[in-house]
Amino acid sequence: MRSQWRLAGALIAGALLVTGCGGGSGGGDQSSAGGKANLTFWDWDPNMDKVVAIWNDAHPDIHVTLSNPAGGDQLVSKMITAHHAGNGPDIAKVEYQSLPALVAGQEVADITQYTGDAVKDFDDNTLKATKFQGKVYGVPQDVAPLLLFYRTDLFQQYGLKVPTTWDEFAQTAQDLHTKAPTVSLTNFDAADPGWITGLMQQAGADWWSADGDKWKVDINSAASKKVASYWEGLVKAGTIAKNPSFSPEWNKQMNEGQVAAWISGAWAPAQFSGIAPNTKGKWAAAPLPAWTAGDKTTGIWGGSATTVTTDSKHPAQAAQFAAWLNTDAKAVAAQIQNINVYPAATSGRSLPVLSSPPPFLPNQTDYYGLVKQVAPSSRSFSMWGPDVTVTFGAYTDKFGAALQNNTAFGAALDDMQNATVADMKKQGFTVG
Amino acid sequence: MAARNRAKLPYLLVLPAVALLALFVVAPGVYALVLSFQARKVVGGLLGGGSRLVFVGLDNYGTALADPELWSSIVRMLLVALLFIPATVGGALLFALLLDVPRVRLARTTRLAIFLPYAVPGVIASLMWGFMYLPATSPIGGDHVDFFGSVTVFFSAANVAVWGSVGFNMIVIFTALRGLPSELYEAARIDGCSELRMALRIKIPLVLPAIAMCTLFTALASLQLFNEPNTLRPLSNAVSSTWVPLMKIYEDAFVNSDVNKAAATSVLFVVAALVVSLVASRTVSRVNR
Repeated sequence: MRSQWRLAGALIAGALLVTGCGGGSGGGDQSSAGGKANLTFWDWDPNMDKVVAIWNDAHPDIHVTLSNPAGGDQLVSKMITAHHAGNGPDIAKVEYQSLPALVAGQEVADITQYTGDAVKDFDDNTLKATKFQGKVYGVPQDVAPLLLFYRTDLFQQYGLKVPTTWDEFAQTAQDLHTKAPTVSLTNFDAADPGWITGLMQQAGADWWSADGDKWKVDINSAASKKVASYWEGLVKAGTIAKNPSFSPEWNKQMNEGQVAAWISGAWAPAQFSGIAPNTKGKWAAAPLPAWTAGDKTTGIWGGSATTVTTDSKHPAQAAQFAAWLNTDAKAVAAQIQNINVYPAATSGRSLPVLSSPPPFLPNQTDYYGLVKQVAPSSRSFSMWGPDVTVTFGAYTDKFGAALQNNTAFGAALDDMQNATVADMKKQGFTVG
Repeated sequence: MAARNRAKLPYLLVLPAVALLALFVVAPGVYALVLSFQARKVVGGLLGGGSRLVFVGLDNYGTALADPELWSSIVRMLLVALLFIPATVGGALLFALLLDVPRVRLARTTRLAIFLPYAVPGVIASLMWGFMYLPATSPIGGDHVDFFGSVTVFFSAANVAVWGSVGFNMIVIFTALRGLPSELYEAARIDGCSELRMALRIKIPLVLPAIAMCTLFTALASLQLFNEPNTLRPLSNAVSSTWVPLMKIYEDAFVNSDVNKAAATSVLFVVAALVVSLVASRTVSRVNR
């Protein structure tokens, strides 16, 4: 009997351990000694340390300590946890689509009063991503219009022309599939929604918009459904692959020439060396195919802002750093050189450093010229919603299931819409 | 005086364990219970004038239980368990019995080889298996067999878990076998009993308590299923973000930032785990008797 109780005790302990929640740990040392401000900066850009070093050399009074606890969505989770624990960083890199959620949760501070000069360096289209209802919540770091990256060697080998419209793209996929069944023009990625969200932006979708203090959610609009059914057609025809991107299998396919094109953001050249190191010099970028010939509209995938958190005890200095990082000529040039970002600041787009191509695309000397040309016509949503993680999570699950079970993409979009609206209502937002 | 000191000693000795338990198991558990009755609501405005924690009673439990995805995740977990438990316990028993046959050679090396996968962390094992399953990188015929099909994925996930846990359970059963008095075997041999009959008629009935315990461990392990499917998830479309209950809880808490619903689901899960454990431990003690 006793041993049975002991067993039961151990089981309770085990069960609690199994289901217990772990907490994140933040590291925000905001002590200031002798008028010197110590700021912590959470950012996942490789080589950002070199840019921060330039700041620290020039500003002995405001020391910035760089830390890389996680990237992308995981950093957002860490920021929320750290904020609840009261030990968030002073400055953090936040992707545009995550910003409204962090503003709603009061994790990110309003820095309008500190950024009066800095915001003049951005066009309205760019600033829209960090300025809500007249208040600025971050300084834009980069913009990432969608482009079509393709393998010049494979296109030449199979006699393909670079498609300029989506009809031509479907035809190219068909031609390539006939000529080389083992090579796919591209793959439908159901794991990361970034690319298709951009394609739906291009087609005119507006997933979220604001009507005063009310939200309008329109994820399953006609424009979104047009894009979804187009890709469903390609998948059903079997002319493109349907495995997730950024997986070991996909890396291998990219590296070994089984994928001939990739629809990606302007940040792609910095990623190629990690994905497909053997293909250096074989890729080129072209404008995204259009729905009607000659239309220059494109969408975006990613892009980030530098934000100041509400936990910061030195918001003025933190905002000063965020502004410097993204508008100072020296800082922006260092970011282009070390991190390969395409700058959000208007002045940054004319820097001489942009006249040389990214290292992985040495043959495309006009790469940044191309980005500069398409950036103004890149279309985003009016605003990102306050629960993008729920929407994106629903995309991964619903489109993954649609691919797995051969069901309709349109129904998956409806599921995304319903999941998003239900979550917003539950959180207390007014959805009109 | 000495007697009184001696009476205190046991308490002193268990103090560290109790303190750790209280600090890292009971306290977070109580906190999770508190969280499960609360919800974070935004206050007015497009992006809210901030958010506050409100007491919502059993609302979180209601939404958690009404979520069809939770029930689907439980069904998927049960399907994996249905493959995982018999394969693990059966495999462990088979290996233990084979190693216990007197004529067997290289017993030590084989035992170590079977046990070794237990030492490989689950995430690493899942990654390695993932590579082996994927068509482009598979050395085991992934280009002919779809290891991530709608049905095969259950076998693929269970396989990773089985591979990692057979060794440990084999050691448990093997140790029980070694504990049996050798006179039994001698008597059986004198009576002309073959090794097979000896295994079926003598060894298995006598190590039944050990087998029951292994079954209990394995059942609890299937409740904890997380690492294997979570690591396989980015590799294919077959594993959703809420494939098993623990992934659902993780997704709610850390992706959808709804810690309160996740806490409610966790509490429900603890209760369910306790019920399973108590029923199973009853069965074990009945077998022991």
